[in-house]
Amino acid sequence: MSPVLSAEVREEIRAIASRYPRGEAALLPVLHLLQRLSGAITPVEERQAAEALGLDPIRVREVVTFHTMFRTRRAGTHVIEVCINLSCTMAGSEALVARLREVLGIDPGETTADGKFTLVTAECLGNCDRAPCLTVDGEDHGPVDAAAIDGVLAALRREEGLGEGTASRERGKS
Amino acid sequence: MTTTSLRPLMDAAENLFRLDAYRRRGGYESARKALKMAPSDVMAEVRKAELRGRGGAGFPAGIKWGFIRRDGDKPVYLCVNADEGEPGTFKDRWLMTHEPHLLLEGIIITAHAVGAHSAFVYVRGEYEGAARRLEEAIAEAREAGFLGEKIFGKDFDLEVVIHRGAGAYICGEETALLESLEGKRGEPRLKPPFPSSIGLFGAPTVINNVETLCNVPRIIGEGGEAFAAAGRPGDGGTRLFGVSGAVRRPGLYELPIGTPLRELLYAHAGGPAEGTSIKAVIPGGLSAPILRPDEFDLPLECSVLAGAGTMIGSGAVIAVGSNTSMLEVLGVMTRFYDHESCGQCTPCRIGTSWMHKTAARLASGDGESRDFDELVRVAVSIKGRTFCPFGDAAALPVLALVGKFRAELEERASEAAARKRSC
Repeated sequence: MSPVLSAEVREEIRAIASRYPRGEAALLPVLHLLQRLSGAITPVEERQAAEALGLDPIRVREVVTFHTMFRTRRAGTHVIEVCINLSCTMAGSEALVARLREVLGIDPGETTADGKFTLVTAECLGNCDRAPCLTVDGEDHGPVDAAAIDGVLAALRREEGLGEGTASRERGKS
Repeated sequence: MTTTSLRPLMDAAENLFRLDAYRRRGGYESARKALKMAPSDVMAEVRKAELRGRGGAGFPAGIKWGFIRRDGDKPVYLCVNADEGEPGTFKDRWLMTHEPHLLLEGIIITAHAVGAHSAFVYVRGEYEGAARRLEEAIAEAREAGFLGEKIFGKDFDLEVVIHRGAGAYICGEETALLESLEGKRGEPRLKPPFPSSIGLFGAPTVINNVETLCNVPRIIGEGGEAFAAAGRPGDGGTRLFGVSGAVRRPGLYELPIGTPLRELLYAHAGGPAEGTSIKAVIPGGLSAPILRPDEFDLPLECSVLAGAGTMIGSGAVIAVGSNTSMLEVLGVMTRFYDHESCGQCTPCRIGTSWMHKTAARLASGDGESRDFDELVRVAVSIKGRTFCPFGDAAALPVLALVGKFRAELEERASEAAARKRSC
């Protein structure tokens, strides 16, 4: 048995399902909800969705594996998604991916060892007039060059550092 | 330059996503007017406008609506295709983000015309910001009495549900969209039956693209004839052309249908980006077969582009500059269709993978001239042999690219082979 969802989440699922003539139509929104709450759709979340909507778990698995946005493993704190479709490739997205691989030390699809960054490539993010483009935690950036990438990463690191109090510790040391 | 007296679809006002701003420029007056009209009169006006679908297939909207039988025992559903995924396309995202009420007004009028009381907007999963704007707009419209029960004080109820996708290009295909909306894998259905008779949950369903529906309020407001007059015979109005690639001013341009491609590229988008020339154009999203410079005088309208062996598609115009290798274009194209094939039909599942591998081999320097013949052979064996139009969308651009640019492709492949030998 999968861990039981809280009454609050169950209620939210009921509210979502009530928008549709048939409850199973709520599967995508329910999976989005569960991923937002737990960071990934693992077999645990698959079973939770199945139970909440009265579906066979295999029906849920079929849908999860059909889509690219459901993560089977938890992503890093920050997700960087680089568009590699035609308009972005022509504008130099390959160099952006190379720069990110170099700076983060990971390949697309991987997460840094400290769990801070996940790098992914995407097939057209719909920002083609701002090529090459990428998103950081869903927020659009473009056009982006290597220098802009360094700036974006520095800002995220600063944010992380302050969030964890490392900046103040460093100040305390000096 | 081509001009029109029609009120533009794209309004420069940045805050138009707010209901009060939208109403100040006359928003929801067309819906109010339409609800006083008989559904058949609304439909007749849209038919007069010669509004064609803006999503890709270009089917006349008024005729599509006319297929709906409202007297059956099942409800009629309206589905809005906002799963904008065709590479190069970014117009629907703009409309939903900046003018969500325009879309809602189009939905209200269309729902009234076809007799639907439930509308589902299937928004591309990645467009989270646009989906949020739409949710906010729905809340505002409901508060104002434009959605919900007895809207505009009339005996007409309408609920609009935002449904987010989760990253699958194929769900932009209308029957895949229906499957996905029903909570299943987005695998296209065999047609017939068409969605107008058996669609969402087995009920009669109208599926229209975002931009298509955004045109409906001004058709009711300004009249079908004025709309038709702005475009070309059989293809009325304006379109949002999203230009990207090797031009000075990439962006969204609203122009009358029939505007020559050359005018869009050179007068509006500023011509080639610095240090390049435009050697080819993909005129309607990645799936649209590529055009050579001697074809740039073609007017941008459905039937003319179809006659030239390509399509206006989603109006996404991608300019390929002289500094881009066609072998790279081939690589991106074949990789995309391999990645996105849903795998249901064997010719598409195996064929797209085969084309991708062949293109990758050529790019890595391991290919030979006859690999281009192989690409053509595989593309031909996909074409027309699949449930849905994805197969053709994968095959036709490869056939056009190899057919029109074979000399350059061969040259680039030989260079790659020479580079490989020298390392």
